[in-house]
Amino acid sequence: AGRAPALHCPADGVSQVTVRDALNQGLDEELERDERVFLLGEEVAQYDGAYKISRGLWKKYGDKRVIDTPISEMGFTGIAVGAAMAGLRPVCEFMTFNFSMQAIDQVINSAAKTCYMSAGSIAVPIVFRGPNGASAGVAAQHSQCFAAWYGHCPGLKVVSPWSSEDAKGLLKASIRDDNPVVMLENELLYGVPFEMSEQAQSKDFVVPIGKAKIERQGSHVTLVSHSRPVGHCLEAAAVLAKEGVECEVINLRTIRPMDIETVEASVVKTNHLVTVEGGWPQFGVGAEICARIMEGSAFNYLDAPAVRVTGADVPMPYAKILEDNCIPQVKDIIFAVKKTLNI
Amino acid sequence: QEFPSPEEKPQFPGASAEFAERLEFIQPNVISGIPVYRVMDRQGHILSPSEDPQLPKEQVVKLYRTMTLLNTMDRILYESQRQGRISFYMTNYGEEGTHVGSAAALDDTDLVFGQYREAAVGAAYAIKRADANRAVICYFGEGAASEGDAHAGFNFAATLECPIVFFCRNNGYAISTPTSEQYRGDGIAARGPGYGLMSIRVDGNDVFAVYNATKEARRRAVAENQPFLIEAMTY
Repeated sequence: AGRAPALHCPADGVSQVTVRDALNQGLDEELERDERVFLLGEEVAQYDGAYKISRGLWKKYGDKRVIDTPISEMGFTGIAVGAAMAGLRPVCEFMTFNFSMQAIDQVINSAAKTCYMSAGSIAVPIVFRGPNGASAGVAAQHSQCFAAWYGHCPGLKVVSPWSSEDAKGLLKASIRDDNPVVMLENELLYGVPFEMSEQAQSKDFVVPIGKAKIERQGSHVTLVSHSRPVGHCLEAAAVLAKEGVECEVINLRTIRPMDIETVEASVVKTNHLVTVEGGWPQFGVGAEICARIMEGSAFNYLDAPAVRVTGADVPMPYAKILEDNCIPQVKDIIFAVKKTLNI
Repeated sequence: QEFPSPEEKPQFPGASAEFAERLEFIQPNVISGIPVYRVMDRQGHILSPSEDPQLPKEQVVKLYRTMTLLNTMDRILYESQRQGRISFYMTNYGEEGTHVGSAAALDDTDLVFGQYREAAVGAAYAIKRADANRAVICYFGEGAASEGDAHAGFNFAATLECPIVFFCRNNGYAISTPTSEQYRGDGIAARGPGYGLMSIRVDGNDVFAVYNATKEARRRAVAENQPFLIEAMTY
């Protein structure tokens, strides 16, 4: 595949790299590094990927490493899990995670539970990846967020990148991890460029699974988010800064195992907590964060109840005006911050 | 008790067949597969008068008008998608005959499922129990036939004896995946007998062939409470 062309700031090796290109680089590097790694899924080979994430990889690595499958998630997921049990390291792509529901028995029962059920003797070093959550105008059956569903299950690791650095680093870490990892990407982020340092662009750059990142320091309120809403949180923080409210924005990066310690340390500092996610409110990522904060040392430092900003509790509508209002917007985050700060 | 003679039939509950004394594998017949039923030749002439559905002129004009309308609608909506005004659109170019020919053969009260193979079977089962003169038709592509749902749908339709017509549009590609990578058997029609389904392959570009096959399949599905599989070849 080669390096995608990138705009250069020549001084310090920093480049603008889209999430798509970062994922492509990550896949290319890991395919090169370990011959047991292979990619399978619908349209991943000759079509360069339904979203062009695997552009050029089939041409470079051939039929044995990049495999187009028939349309049967249950089928190819099961096959990938079997291959992982027998010593290969598959990357199993779902065109969107909505289609993973066709294969959920394979993901949970065959992949997630096998290490435990075999008393540690059978590893399943597989990565399930693909776009998750809302896109634009793809309606109810193609817009669901699966962070809570997969985050619920012991035996899985679940990561949710936001920036290009997150995407590439977490993908590489996931492929190198001997456990089944679910990587929840976001279609709307694929074309978004982010700055990547020279170090982040190197072949050994890995973002550790299970560690959150503080994207913006602040002292008045903690905003915790994952995936695309992290960008919305930063936008809200910029608006609020003009009013003298400094938000600390935490990018979870990993859903499971969740880095609650970083959130706790932040809440101890700011005394206020707002969680932001694209998924539905009930039994969601925000609900889990609130429960853990209550159970831990940071509870006594809260000056107000934590507030969750989530997707609306309805199947995603098709009409654009309705869809726009079912996804957390910057104004919703600002409203929640002001509510918890009582301003 | 009489013992069976040496010429007896196997007594296995799983299949009803004769014994064979020679080791021979059944070869999947993909070189000359199931034939393609057509009514018209490439120039549109009716080949065999007995197969002419003899539809009244207004109905034939309506078929043509509807296919042209669909084609026009496709152009408008496809361009809307390219302009970013709608999010997703898949055109029917070349396949108009499959939709219009089959739809023309249905009754007004029949149920149409655009996907959802097993749900269609469930609906057919409910209709059968209600004992109305209604059928279910379920449309899907040759790619979607790879989903486990299709297997379950076919099997349940046969075992539950449902008045359903499975209509598969085989246009050679699923997005970019060609049929050579989707399956290695003789298309979808060849799977039908494996499930106990009455099956036929038709020329999907021949609206009269599609009409005839769907009309007869529907009639018998309701009359005999059994599922039918039609594979319409097109591009």
